[in-house]
Amino acid sequence: MKKDNSEKLVKNKIRIGRAKDQPKDLSNESYGQTVWRRFRRHRLATVSLAVLIVLGLAAILAPIIAPYDPDAIVGTFSGAPNGQFWFGTDQIGRDVFSRILYAMRISLLVGLMATVISTVIGVVLGLVAGYFGGLLDMIIMRFTDMVMSFPYILLVLVAASIFEPGLWSIIIILGLVDWPGIARLVRGNVLSLRETNFVKSNLVAGMSLRHILFSEILPNTVAPILVYATSVVALSMLDEAALSFLGMGVLPPTASLGNMLNGAQSLTVLTRQPWMWLPPGLLIVVLVIAINFIGDALRDALDPTSTTSH
Amino acid sequence: MAKYIIKRILIAIPVLIGITIIDYAIMCMAGSPLEMLQGPRVSEAAVEARRIALGLDQPFYVQYFAWLGQLLQGNMGYSMKNFQSVSGLIGEHIGPTLLLMGVSLVVSLVIAVPAGIYSAIHQYSKGDYAVVTASFLGSSIPGFFLSLLLIYVFTVTLGWLPSGGMTTLGSGGGFVDVARHMVMPVMVLAFSMAGTNIRYIRSAVLEIMQQDYLRTARAKGIGRFMVINKHALRNALVPIVTVIGMEIPVLFGGAVIVEQVFSWPGLGLMTMSAITGRDYPVIMGVCLLSAVVVLIGNLVTDILYALVDPTISLK
Repeated sequence: MKKDNSEKLVKNKIRIGRAKDQPKDLSNESYGQTVWRRFRRHRLATVSLAVLIVLGLAAILAPIIAPYDPDAIVGTFSGAPNGQFWFGTDQIGRDVFSRILYAMRISLLVGLMATVISTVIGVVLGLVAGYFGGLLDMIIMRFTDMVMSFPYILLVLVAASIFEPGLWSIIIILGLVDWPGIARLVRGNVLSLRETNFVKSNLVAGMSLRHILFSEILPNTVAPILVYATSVVALSMLDEAALSFLGMGVLPPTASLGNMLNGAQSLTVLTRQPWMWLPPGLLIVVLVIAINFIGDALRDALDPTSTTSH
Repeated sequence: MAKYIIKRILIAIPVLIGITIIDYAIMCMAGSPLEMLQGPRVSEAAVEARRIALGLDQPFYVQYFAWLGQLLQGNMGYSMKNFQSVSGLIGEHIGPTLLLMGVSLVVSLVIAVPAGIYSAIHQYSKGDYAVVTASFLGSSIPGFFLSLLLIYVFTVTLGWLPSGGMTTLGSGGGFVDVARHMVMPVMVLAFSMAGTNIRYIRSAVLEIMQQDYLRTARAKGIGRFMVINKHALRNALVPIVTVIGMEIPVLFGGAVIVEQVFSWPGLGLMTMSAITGRDYPVIMGVCLLSAVVVLIGNLVTDILYALVDPTISLK
């Protein structure tokens, strides 16, 4: 996974010579190919991507794969895993394997949707604050400071206690608290892009503000937003799990990876029935770690100047 | 320096006032505290009288200023459940939380600083991969799941450690007893913090290692040990300070869940019971306290920056 500077030069079309370990001609490589080639150097991320694709497909195809209805009582109470119920049954006799498949759907949905909401809010506020500056910038950034000064989980818990708990309130709450990081990131990028010649030439050419903001500035800051958004997906999934674990997130009978662990607060389940809480817990870890590895590899792959971390 | 500190405090004040407005708006949105009073034995007239007595018939901004006035006099209101003062409740519970947070922060730094530096110096070695992978695991494992795993291993299987509380009932506490109760909550908090910190410190040290002054130091031929310990580590203090500053809100949040799982009698446990019981004055008190702590944390971080990095000039 060693990096060398020649790669950077190739990308900038100042080819001096090729490094020994790169016999291939890279001169006609598209940007997408470059990113993919660099991404694959991060072996753990490549494995993570494969794992995530498999798990994602399993989640999408849950209605086809799942052997039982996740909410139906199909077996004995708290039955141990066997040939019929691969991961056993829960306290009231539902099939744990089917529930896990559906829970994964919910967790991935929460992670993705919350990220979409917070990314949209963050991008718009960041663009506006960075481009217009002045009083508007100050107000937006002070507001961002306020949201950031609340301990994150406390804000989420308070919001969750006020709104009716449920899948969509969780998505909206997480979406509404995750944006400050993205807003700051976008603002910082806009501040430096605003001074570049291509943006100034747009101004001179009399392009509309909307064109400058969304067609000129935004595409140039997509890479860092994408990297940051990956970490927000991971974070939102962890938060959903924590909230549901505390009984303030996705409510039963709908299965989520967090509320499946809720049962483990009882000592009998914790000590005698590990099949009920161990698989969903491990699955959260696998999903979140895979997303984090992918984000890490994307950061290196998308950033042409990155030479440090791998 | 003094001028800079005053300026930073002046910037923090509007943020804090904004937070109190948001706090208060949430409290109002959440419903009237009188809902708790209503019942078959309370007459309409009594509720109305109470409403006027509490000033709830006044417009929103009058109520807010009345609340702010009380706050400035040090009165944070009273719990709706047991009518204790909020400041008293916080005072009772803040000790255990500070103990837990402080020890976890120290433990996480003791893990993260050497690991991050080792990892940066031996970049792309097997040890580096191991450290980085462990750090990813640390920041990806949910705190409550790690808590359950630890309880399963150390309490249920091995029987070494107590599963919850701060002291053994009836034993009266004592240092060893409290320490035994602290091991698992501290492990959970420290492991997840160290996960983030290691990567942060690692990339910061990697950046320092590429600086010109380190090349100069190496060129002088003073030896690897001196280069790393005298020149690199002093400059690595800046990212370490940043890490400590970033951890404060994380600690507050992490403590809520960890205290819940381990029944640690601190602010987090108190907050959770306030949240489930919809005890708004207590929730608002905790929100306000944590916001103040976070803002002070940011301020201290900025001041420490200037102390450890002479190239940062404070204007």
